[in-house]
Amino acid sequence: MSNQVPIAEGLFTWPADQPALLGSRCRDCGIANFPASTSCMACSGEDVAVEELPTRGTLWTYTVQRFMPKTPYNSGESAESFQPYGVGYLELPGGVRVEGRLTENDPEKLRIGMEMDVIFEPFRVEENGDEVISFFFRPVQ
Amino acid sequence: MDVAIVGIGIHPFGRTPARSGLQQGAYAARLALQDAGVQWKDMQFAFGGSASAGSADALVNELGLTGIPFINVANGCATGGSSLISAYNAIKSGEYDIGLVAGFDKHERGAFNADPKALGIGNWYGEVGMMMTTQFFAMKIQKYMHDYGISNDTLAKVAEKSFINGSKNPNAWRTEPIGVEEIKHSMMVNDPLTKFMFCSPSEGGVALILCRGDKARQFTDSPVYLKAATLKSRRFGSFEVFAPSQALEQVDGPTVDASRAAFEMAGAGPEDMDVMQLQDTEVGAEIMHMAENGFCEHGEQEQLINAGATHIGGSMPVNTDGGCIANGEPIGASGLRQVYENVVQLRGHGGERQVPGDPRLAYTHVYGAPGISAVTILQK
Repeated sequence: MSNQVPIAEGLFTWPADQPALLGSRCRDCGIANFPASTSCMACSGEDVAVEELPTRGTLWTYTVQRFMPKTPYNSGESAESFQPYGVGYLELPGGVRVEGRLTENDPEKLRIGMEMDVIFEPFRVEENGDEVISFFFRPVQ
Repeated sequence: MDVAIVGIGIHPFGRTPARSGLQQGAYAARLALQDAGVQWKDMQFAFGGSASAGSADALVNELGLTGIPFINVANGCATGGSSLISAYNAIKSGEYDIGLVAGFDKHERGAFNADPKALGIGNWYGEVGMMMTTQFFAMKIQKYMHDYGISNDTLAKVAEKSFINGSKNPNAWRTEPIGVEEIKHSMMVNDPLTKFMFCSPSEGGVALILCRGDKARQFTDSPVYLKAATLKSRRFGSFEVFAPSQALEQVDGPTVDASRAAFEMAGAGPEDMDVMQLQDTEVGAEIMHMAENGFCEHGEQEQLINAGATHIGGSMPVNTDGGCIANGEPIGASGLRQVYENVVQLRGHGGERQVPGDPRLAYTHVYGAPGISAVTILQK
């Protein structure tokens, strides 16, 4: 079985039975942020704690990326194999709106307000065979 | 003390393989000096910016080594506006009488590829394909269309107007009118925005000569006064480009803040503006910026655009030179192009694209990453 590594440390719990995005919440003003930060963008406070964010939310807005971005885009795709992908903000109750890639790229199947789950799946495979795991938003099935 | 613009110069926007970005900046600077009837050695200071074409202060190699204090300004799409504010304050402080502001650029073809690290964002954000300004603009107008009932036809009509205005501007890049159907059915780039609804990175240069208001008539018979120049960055809770997350509670963005501050500074309101240049990196931005700058209510745009209000002969002419959509966006020069166009309009030199009725007050607005806006108000 191939080795699975997260795309960045501290972005989400990994490995975990039920992985979740990691945000930070300010103990002074209660505002949450993603990714977790060491200070609060709302009140400048430094008393922040890391917490797991909810794994289901509603789609706040979205688009579909139709052309392949230049570097730093690094998906392992070539110009020929590139597949358009959806991007959106998912509103997580009590937390924040997080931007992420969508598993769906057909705009006809996307609508503002639809429920989506945060899932964690391989994004690309490194030359050494490692699977790089990232987070995606998937319509609730 | 008033600050006046007494000289303007522009290098045509678009693609000029024969000239470097720096040479395009020098070309614009020489025209601005000539317009004000002054020499480069008369300039007491300069501010300038370029994102991809080298340091702006290298202009001294082209224009002459005079010992001038030349400060480089880098503030994304608001670079030109930031240079102008710096020059405005330098003169207003009483330190200098006259100086130059310049902006130029020369970008590669294709969309910008920003570096996440430069903005304090992790590399992962770019690796997964979210470091894209085009996505932000598409997602912002998508939400706006949902909330305020703006149609796809209205998006296309904005671009149609930009290309019509561009066709009347000899310095524009896109000079052929393109119809609504062709715009709507051109390649989809980021839903709901098609290829012809976006501006592209391009090349160009603009320079302005600023001086103390009380000395303006020494240099020109038609001075234009800078009644306001403001710059604001985002507050917590506004929805901005390159944001891995955003707050659940939304507040007004930097455009609203910069606009309000500018109107207060000028002692005027949106209803007083006779011509306006609003950041239109894509058609959705122009639509939303109409309301964010106070020129209409949210949701009123569809009716106004259908009625032709934003055309040159309309009640609120927007982007009379074709805007970014017809000129492309050389980052360092783009905000100054708007000011250049407003000076042309206030002087009554707009030719085919002149706003009728002897315009007296003119407004510019730029927006850029990671959430900054600059506004100017000019008066003749």
